[in-house]
Amino acid sequence: MQSMIKAMAGTPPHAHHPWPRRIVDADTWSALAAQLAEGRWTLAGLWGDAGAVHMALLDMSRGESQGELAVASLPCPTGQFPSVARRHPPAHRLERTIADLFGLEPVGAPDDRPWLDHGRWRVGHPLGITTETSGEGAPYAFLTAEGEGLHRIGVGPVHAGIIEPGHFRFTANGETVVRLEERLGYTHKGVESLMAGASLERAARLAGRISGDSTVAYSIAFARAAEAALGIEIPARAHWLRALMAELERIANHVGDIGAACNDAAFALMHAHTAVLRERVLRQSSACFGHRLMMDKVVPGGVAIDLDRAGAEGIRSLMATIRQAFPPLIELFDNTASLQDRTVGAGILSHALAHQYGCGGYVGRASGRAFDTRRDLAYPPYDSLRFDVPLFQEGDVNARLWVRIREVEQSLGLIDQLLEGMPSGDISVAIGHGPETREGIALVEGFRGDILCWLRLDPTGIVERCHLRDPSWFQWPVLEAAIEGNIVADFPLCNKSFNCSYSGHDL
Amino acid sequence: MRKLLFESLTRAPLTEAPPDMELADIAALATTLGDVARRRLGRSLSIREIDAGSCNGCELEIHALANAFYDLERFGLRFVASPRHADVLLVTGPVTRNMREALERTYNATPSPKWVVSVGDCAADGGCFAGSYAVVGGVSAVVPVDLHIAGCPPSPETLLKALVALIGHVSQGARAP
Repeated sequence: MQSMIKAMAGTPPHAHHPWPRRIVDADTWSALAAQLAEGRWTLAGLWGDAGAVHMALLDMSRGESQGELAVASLPCPTGQFPSVARRHPPAHRLERTIADLFGLEPVGAPDDRPWLDHGRWRVGHPLGITTETSGEGAPYAFLTAEGEGLHRIGVGPVHAGIIEPGHFRFTANGETVVRLEERLGYTHKGVESLMAGASLERAARLAGRISGDSTVAYSIAFARAAEAALGIEIPARAHWLRALMAELERIANHVGDIGAACNDAAFALMHAHTAVLRERVLRQSSACFGHRLMMDKVVPGGVAIDLDRAGAEGIRSLMATIRQAFPPLIELFDNTASLQDRTVGAGILSHALAHQYGCGGYVGRASGRAFDTRRDLAYPPYDSLRFDVPLFQEGDVNARLWVRIREVEQSLGLIDQLLEGMPSGDISVAIGHGPETREGIALVEGFRGDILCWLRLDPTGIVERCHLRDPSWFQWPVLEAAIEGNIVADFPLCNKSFNCSYSGHDL
Repeated sequence: MRKLLFESLTRAPLTEAPPDMELADIAALATTLGDVARRRLGRSLSIREIDAGSCNGCELEIHALANAFYDLERFGLRFVASPRHADVLLVTGPVTRNMREALERTYNATPSPKWVVSVGDCAADGGCFAGSYAVVGGVSAVVPVDLHIAGCPPSPETLLKALVALIGHVSQGARAP
């Protein structure tokens, strides 16, 4: 940590908690980018601000459960900053987004095409110095792949199933994918502009709607950043209830998606059974917390609803049901040769890419990257709970599903411990505001991976700037690499095994 | 696998009774749907779902309609992959500016007669995303909406009630002289 802060020679700005932020000069910024490329740090976020860019770096050099985070900020008085992507490709789309939203130019960036801005907003650089645009849309130059017999297949943004919108441009040689290029941004709702100037309460509601499947994790990330900024300690019971909701959310998504992935390999029986388990989790969540997805139940200062005795009993009996129903399904998954024929060896993500991109969640953990915020930058109550971080090396669809299977088992164990050791007491504290500008940052483990939230509150407690980085930012790009050499027909299966969020990415 | 299949022979099905329809629901839907709709749709509906910028919460609950508890297909409702096969477009989200054209084109690709059902609070008027530079604000600002299902997200039960009410009226209408 000291070494990372040393590398960020610069001055500390406003109160920034719990990890440090330093204002650096362009040389230090470029040096940090070079160190990212060497693999010394992992890029945890890169976002714009009024006249500045920020970069969050993760340092895992001290080993497991000793992770540290720090933010480097570079003022851009001329509207330019040295491109990080020039040396470190994971920064590509993040820099294109900064250019779209703030009009800050990454100098030397290899790709200057817009990313989220499709030319439809009628405004250029909506978060920076705005300009008026026609809103008629702009053509997009897809990357080329040339050779005899190659053909292109365009898919989306409206897909055949009940899924989110995005465009995939395949170049194929017969059945084999030569190149996949994603085009995202269709669900861009301008959340960050809505957050600026919002009350903490309204911003928390927006944070809970960045990606509906991870609403609990997003709400925790936002609440933790706000509490860090304001220096608020919440009651222990609130921490434990948050974790309970987060683990229920994880189980619901994992069991549902395991079945849905099998369904994409034409094995509908698994889907039918796991959908029942998912529904049971959502019903119990609704019975305990009053909402099936538990939206708006985690709030800055604590949680909005307490768990009563009947609710705890209900969750215990749900855990028993899952423990009984899940193993036979896993046995079925493990013993169906026709299914394994599809999942084993499909969509392999290399260790090198998983580490370079800092892929979070099951995508990273299926490719040998053992990172889990709950363990490596532990926050309460996980620092006092026992659990393993399942790790696989193969990097294929099968490994990603196995990570999720093992994580369901871990979450069941965590929920036992949470119900057993749940402290009594209050579930929330009142939140005020600082007498000056305050900043906070949080990294929280959602089912999909680590969610970053960075927040600046003005002296009256109004949100000045909030940035939320979905784990998908570091997973979508490597899907393009994982699909290469696979057949087009395996794309739905590979895509489902990544299960990236469109809305979370597009903001 | 054999064991799982045998078990499903001996166990009672999980599928629940059709939702209890409150009269108010039906009255509201009856006014929403014209007689023409009732006559033409018969007893089955093909639905094409379009995410026009939702947070994916509505999609999760629409997905749940297919699980064993709700079993949407027993009511003659089914999701289809192409707008060309659809009678009903089920649209979620506040309609982002980036999705506006895709929604219009999907609507135009759907043969008439067709009906649009908007799902979720942001599909009504943009919800908590209203006022953003990137949001058009409500499905009806882009294509004509015949029925709105409120909720953030609406529960599968609410969705099922509305869709079954739709088809119930369809069949009543079909029997009417």
